[in-house]
Amino acid sequence: MTEFTPWMSLLGGALIGLAAVLLMALHGRIAGMTGILTGIIPPLASDWGWRAAFLAGAVVAPAIIAATTGLEIPFSSPTPAPWLIVGGLIVGAGVYFGSGCTSGHGVCGIARLSPRSIVATLTFMAATAITVFIIRHVAGGL
Amino acid sequence: MSRILSALVIGLVFGAGIAVSGMINPAKVLNFFDLAGTWDPSLAFVMGGALIVTAIGYRFVLKNPAPIFDRRFHLPTSRAIDLPLLAGSATFGIGWGITGFCPGGSIPALGLGHGEAWLFVASMVAGIALARLSRQIISARTTRPA
Repeated sequence: MTEFTPWMSLLGGALIGLAAVLLMALHGRIAGMTGILTGIIPPLASDWGWRAAFLAGAVVAPAIIAATTGLEIPFSSPTPAPWLIVGGLIVGAGVYFGSGCTSGHGVCGIARLSPRSIVATLTFMAATAITVFIIRHVAGGL
Repeated sequence: MSRILSALVIGLVFGAGIAVSGMINPAKVLNFFDLAGTWDPSLAFVMGGALIVTAIGYRFVLKNPAPIFDRRFHLPTSRAIDLPLLAGSATFGIGWGITGFCPGGSIPALGLGHGEAWLFVASMVAGIALARLSRQIISARTTRPA
């Protein structure tokens, strides 16, 4: 069980949206983690600097939030290590060929009413729900 | 310099949003998708909050001729709903369903020092690199002289 957190989730979502708007206003870029991350995997994109800076900010933010506000940030990963490796490889290949993930397609793309992003988001949300159903209710866990 | 600093600050805002919203927590993400079990609807509020702010913000921002630190907006131009989009997205969903980690959720989780996040991100980076390599090989093979 995880606690239902409508207000914190709405606030967090609004911050993600704020980051997306600022990245477009200042840098003219889609705040998609797939695209930003791909540019710092060698061979590096020529504009890797802002990408690395964005990623560095994203990595240190949760620790700063926890240290300055005393807010506890719940984290629990129920997946066995071998499946984390399999899942990581699958996610990496999937978001590369699918040209985006939850942030790029699901937030920035849908906000622009991009048909590609709407179709991509519906596809991966459905695939995720089906996968979770099969793992939890058919296979009985990993 | 201000360009790099601004990207760092925007990354901080993004990471704070991921942490506060609960997207950083794979168990919470998996429960959102477990409609038949321990359903936690929180992530609908994450998506809702992010979409409202982004949709309204983009309307104003994209009226400008150019962003502050660049000559133009870099917006995706492809319109094709093709096999890579559909198969890639479905594949991503399978991996998201196995792990509860998506790219945007997993990168901020690195900073909390959880080994599971590091193992996932290392594998995801390898997956991206392998996918890019395979696309280059495929396109090199299928390119014919005109």
